[in-house]
Amino acid sequence: MLPELGHFALILALLLAGVQAFFGIAGPHLQRDRWLAAVVPAVAGQFVMVATAVACLVSAFVTYDFSVRYVAENSNSALPLFYRVTALWGAHEGSLLLWIFLLACWTLAVAVGTARLPARFGARVLGVLGVVSFGFLLFTLATSNPFLRLNPAAPDGQDLNPILQDPALAIHPPILYTGYVGFAVAFAFACAAMLEGRLDQAWARWTRPWTTSAWAFLTVGIALGSWWAYYELGWGGFWFWDPVENASFMPWLVGTALVHSLAVTDKRGLFKSWTLLLAILAFSLSLLGTFLVRSGVLVSVHSFAADPTRGIFILVFLIVMIGGSLALYAWRAPLLRSSAGFELGARESFLLFNNILLVIAAAIVFGGTLAPLIADALGLPTLSVGTPYFNPTFLMPVLPLLALLPVGLHAQWKKGRLRQSQRAILAALAVALLLAFAVAFGIFAQGGVLTLVGLTLGPWIILSSLLDPIDRWRRGLSLPRAILGMTIAHIGVGLFVIGITVVQSFTQEHDVALARGETAAVGGYEFRFEGVRTLEGANYDAVRGSVVMTRHGAPLGTLYPEKRRYWVKGTVTTEAAIQMNRGTNVLLALGDDLGAGRWSVRIQVRPLISLVWLAALIMAIGGAVAGSDPRYRLAARASAASLAAAGAAKGAAG
Amino acid sequence: MTPRRRRLSLVLGIIAGVAIAGGLTLRALRANVMFFFDPSQVVAGQAPQGERFRLGGMVEKGSVHRAPGSLEVNFVVTDFRHELPVRYTGVLPDLFREGQGVVAHGRVGANGVFVADEVLAKHDEKYMPPEVARALKKEAATAGGARTGS
Repeated sequence: MLPELGHFALILALLLAGVQAFFGIAGPHLQRDRWLAAVVPAVAGQFVMVATAVACLVSAFVTYDFSVRYVAENSNSALPLFYRVTALWGAHEGSLLLWIFLLACWTLAVAVGTARLPARFGARVLGVLGVVSFGFLLFTLATSNPFLRLNPAAPDGQDLNPILQDPALAIHPPILYTGYVGFAVAFAFACAAMLEGRLDQAWARWTRPWTTSAWAFLTVGIALGSWWAYYELGWGGFWFWDPVENASFMPWLVGTALVHSLAVTDKRGLFKSWTLLLAILAFSLSLLGTFLVRSGVLVSVHSFAADPTRGIFILVFLIVMIGGSLALYAWRAPLLRSSAGFELGARESFLLFNNILLVIAAAIVFGGTLAPLIADALGLPTLSVGTPYFNPTFLMPVLPLLALLPVGLHAQWKKGRLRQSQRAILAALAVALLLAFAVAFGIFAQGGVLTLVGLTLGPWIILSSLLDPIDRWRRGLSLPRAILGMTIAHIGVGLFVIGITVVQSFTQEHDVALARGETAAVGGYEFRFEGVRTLEGANYDAVRGSVVMTRHGAPLGTLYPEKRRYWVKGTVTTEAAIQMNRGTNVLLALGDDLGAGRWSVRIQVRPLISLVWLAALIMAIGGAVAGSDPRYRLAARASAASLAAAGAAKGAAG
Repeated sequence: MTPRRRRLSLVLGIIAGVAIAGGLTLRALRANVMFFFDPSQVVAGQAPQGERFRLGGMVEKGSVHRAPGSLEVNFVVTDFRHELPVRYTGVLPDLFREGQGVVAHGRVGANGVFVADEVLAKHDEKYMPPEVARALKKEAATAGGARTGS
């Protein structure tokens, strides 16, 4: 009974999304303010319906209802409770439901948050979100209904894909999707401004906290995915330019550009149409990412739900959303002219370069990710694009981007003069250079050009970010949360650069064959193999090796890399053993029985790799701090009040 | 500079930047993409000599051999028309199995053996690299009923 209730709730949600979209957009357009009253109740109703549907599906998973096809395909009676719940988003149908649920949550938050904004504008924002929600609900109900029954019911489920049975991956999709869906809010604000034909600095101030929060979620989501790929897939490394990673990285790059261009629109009223375009682009790439990953179009290990029949609907939906918003842009953007000018060395210029370079970086990732698809469509030979393309090409826009950051931070608005900070910036650069040489030649006793460049840029960015807060502290000024958040995020960028540079420059990896008692030496550590034994887990059995790790003979502990075989699907997974020692990450993965008592073992020693994920987390924290600045809320109240006052004055005059 | 000229130079600068980036990207793409070949194409000499490429097909049943205790493994990749011997030194992926699809990166050595530096296996039962699936389908169609076993 519950699955049918869930199905029914989804249908009601679809109708309510239609109501929300229609009254939210048509009401303000036809100037029927009484219609606006229907929008917020529709939002609330839709949230309740979608939450009901999610609850029904969760309950089907928890109670082992294998008469539901989606449950039978993605769960099993031996699956632990935690993974029975997270199996909800283990495949295509449930992922869409999760998307819709998160959109409903964001929409509800926007409905609460825009209550202080002008009524027509708020209704338009919710109306656009209603259109997005309607499209997703229609897609789910028409092609990917998770509530379909199996007749007869399956005796037992086919189990959740074992590589998804992992705590980090269990929470990775919700956080990533929260970021994707968050860009829908920025998109809705942009569309509402275009529908209204008016975009002022207040608009940017309303949009900023939403965009920054979405960006922070996306950052954490990507970092979690990268961490998971490192220890669960045992690919070794933090980034592989896998199409699915790229699919989440493109909206992040454009979203980062959007966060910065919104700053200019907020402070100076410039870059208006550019900001709108970025908001459209960021959300379009989020949509593309969602669909590319789940439709199985891309050649990727993640594309476990392949069903080309959904392609047409996806294509139509993308064309309607992206094409529609771009058409609106072409029609309305010319109305939104910015008049003010600025000098070449002004902060606006630096942010403009930031935007251009980030968009170029996104374009490079886009080209490399879609080139195989395009070549395929044109009937060219099958090709693949990987690290040899991405690494050097991506650095072209990113190195100048990073080099401009420590200088641009201290540029003034409008005027091309560095506030008396020129000497401080140069001093920071000198310190960073010294540090780079010290680290490269003092600790690792080697270093190429890129290593030194990276090790200089990282500390330079950190030191330069600290100049302004230190200056404020000295002069006894307060530090607004927006600036504090920005500083934290930029320190995150600097740490990220240091982490990546060290990992890329000083990683050591070897595959070795070891018999019991034999020792291998890699990256200054010794590894003694103590043989393997078999053991049994909740829903798998495993071979576990033990390896004693020492440094110059001093014991550092025993590592237990595992190879698991899951009973239901017979899938084999590698559970790498990871040990941290003074910032260095040692990863051991057990390979195969080579015969003659020897096993193959993959040994990787990566200094500072944890810093890469930690730095991403710090960036996200910076975003969260900046997004929570009370200034945005106060400003929203003040500008809404002044608008209302202006409207009242107009009414009185007319 | 007048605002008009400044805007013009800005726009020209952006266009030049995008053009340079685009050009470099295309160049990098041309130099760094890897093409895919199946064993028949390699045997027919269509694969570039001495350059890295992706080889895809099925791991032939009973073809996986390794010297006991050694990391070096030899196997045969087939598209059911032609076979190509492959040598690889290192840890094989979890899903590497006889009779399953595989993609190997590497180059053909002087003795006609494909020396792989990376081996990828399909990641679960449902997923097969599309190019492998296509190559196998193509061969199955042209080879008629020659395909045995699975």
